[in-house]
Amino acid sequence: MAEITAPGAVSPSAVPRPGWARFADSDLWWSFRRSPVTVVAASVACVIIGAALLAPLIAPHDPYDLASVSLLDATDPPAWLPGGNWSYLLGTDNQGRDVLSTIFYGTRVSLLVGCSAVLLSMLLGVTLGLIAGWRGGIADTMIMRVADVQLSFPAILIALLIDGVAHSLLPREVQTRITLYVLIAAIALSYWVHFARTVRGSAMVERSKEYIQAARVIGVHPARIVIGHLLPNVIGPVLVIATINLATAILTEATLSFLGVGLPPTEPSLGTLIRVGNDYLLSGDWWISVFPGTVLALLILSVNLLGDWLRDAFNPKLR
Amino acid sequence: MLAFIIQRLFQSVLVMLTVALIAFALFNYVGDPINNMVGQDTTQADRERLRQDLGLNAPFVVQFARFVGHAVQGNFGLSYQQARPVGQIILEKMPATLELSFMAAFLALLLGVPMGIYTGLHRSSWGSQALLAISLVGVSLPTFLIGILLILIFAVLLGWLPSFGRGAVVHIGWWTTGFLTAEGWRAIILPAITLALFQMTLIMRLVRAEMIEVLRTDYIKFARARGLSNRAVNFGHALKNTLVPVITITGLQLGSIIAFAVITETVFQWPGMGLMFIQAVSFADIPVMAAYLVLVGFFFVIINLVVDLLYYAVDPRLRVEREIAAGG
Repeated sequence: MAEITAPGAVSPSAVPRPGWARFADSDLWWSFRRSPVTVVAASVACVIIGAALLAPLIAPHDPYDLASVSLLDATDPPAWLPGGNWSYLLGTDNQGRDVLSTIFYGTRVSLLVGCSAVLLSMLLGVTLGLIAGWRGGIADTMIMRVADVQLSFPAILIALLIDGVAHSLLPREVQTRITLYVLIAAIALSYWVHFARTVRGSAMVERSKEYIQAARVIGVHPARIVIGHLLPNVIGPVLVIATINLATAILTEATLSFLGVGLPPTEPSLGTLIRVGNDYLLSGDWWISVFPGTVLALLILSVNLLGDWLRDAFNPKLR
Repeated sequence: MLAFIIQRLFQSVLVMLTVALIAFALFNYVGDPINNMVGQDTTQADRERLRQDLGLNAPFVVQFARFVGHAVQGNFGLSYQQARPVGQIILEKMPATLELSFMAAFLALLLGVPMGIYTGLHRSSWGSQALLAISLVGVSLPTFLIGILLILIFAVLLGWLPSFGRGAVVHIGWWTTGFLTAEGWRAIILPAITLALFQMTLIMRLVRAEMIEVLRTDYIKFARARGLSNRAVNFGHALKNTLVPVITITGLQLGSIIAFAVITETVFQWPGMGLMFIQAVSFADIPVMAAYLVLVGFFFVIINLVVDLLYYAVDPRLRVEREIAAGG
């Protein structure tokens, strides 16, 4: 992306340099290093994402291997408390599963749902935004009216409704298999509006510029103009929105799972783990819900901070 | 002005009809209503007769018109789960949600505005930095997690406040209130704080940003040059001009408070509409879900409408621009 590197940061030598050196020289990297909060946030996010990706390798126990789980170990406190056991560092839940391991696997599910939902809503929003901005007319009016109606309700309520309706629509045996996809679709359908509005706005500006007109004049197919020429020029802000929406999507998934309309305990995300732990809170077994909750909060906070930084770094007005 | 109001009213009605259409589709096409009413041994002929009697064979538009007509009168049929009229159930649950929502909105304003003024005026002080850092954490912590933490600290560890329910309530007509008993007041503290926290941080950040913006303007510099006291400048001139966006956003947030009440009510087992909705979802109780959808849609449309009109009334620039646009 050419617009990220400011003119002053470009090296005087005209020889094309490898990607990494160019990145190390860029404004983006400079503003990253200058903000300690962002560096810390990035590190925390990397640790959590890394742990989630490597869960099968680094988790001390396999919480879904029924043979290794024993009810005798149920609701053990964390290792440093009286009654704790060093083989379960953060204690065990009501079924004797290691809390640390369930967090690793749960984060995996949370991230999977969050990322897929953002990608899907991005795909949907960018497509509809391009159609609205490029075609104008009836298509534009219809898409933007739907967007307006949807914007007047909080996204989480819409996700809850879509998810709730899907739950009551589908027969039980189908439900357990496709809950994950329903959840992803519900979150994606409630967050496409921001993408569509941004893309539509920039597409309408770009549409009348010379390079698009030139492409039209020489007879390039409209689909190719839109994808090959228009899209690369409107995608910048979309990436920023995607980062900020990732935090919101993870949060929405956790909330829906906590409310019991998200992922079931057989396929727990962080939200489901907190829901399960919530039932044992009143009896004093706080670790079952507090540790997944801490990881969730840290994950959302660090992704939010990264999104804020990215937004400021891409916005030259704020410099 | 009149044209603007009519235009907005028309828009609101359109949104309401869309919401009603979704609710109606939910109502009529998710599952077979006849199957929900009759037993296994009913003959096909009886089913057809019932279908005819209930008007389920009427054209789509007629059925939809009938649904809207009933909905306007608060008639949403019987709950599958409780076999009672949905309107009656909602009427029972509404006071709990509204009391919680207003309490939360009140708390958010009462704490958010002064905190915003403070952080806006003393930008680099330690207090502001601390408040801003806390507000960032407040935005990132999920509502349900805040609720769980509050329960853990104040109900489980300290044992000061109840962890669920509304406490004792007093009936005033069909309305039930928890504000007249000590137990009710104790019960509302934790849920109200949970619900208010997010809005509070939002209001604080908004007031802060607006204050900083306004304090930079020329008329503030001029007021200072005239030798007015800090107090007169900060509160008489600056604060007054930050309030327009604050009123708007707070009004709009009232809607999301009602929506977020779903989460808070579930955490605290607060017997309101949100908890009712979540229970309806897990029991596939379509009439209750449809009614909740229409009701929440109605709240939102009304709030948006009032805020728009209020904005129009408060900000003279909007009026002038529109008149110029209309005249030219």
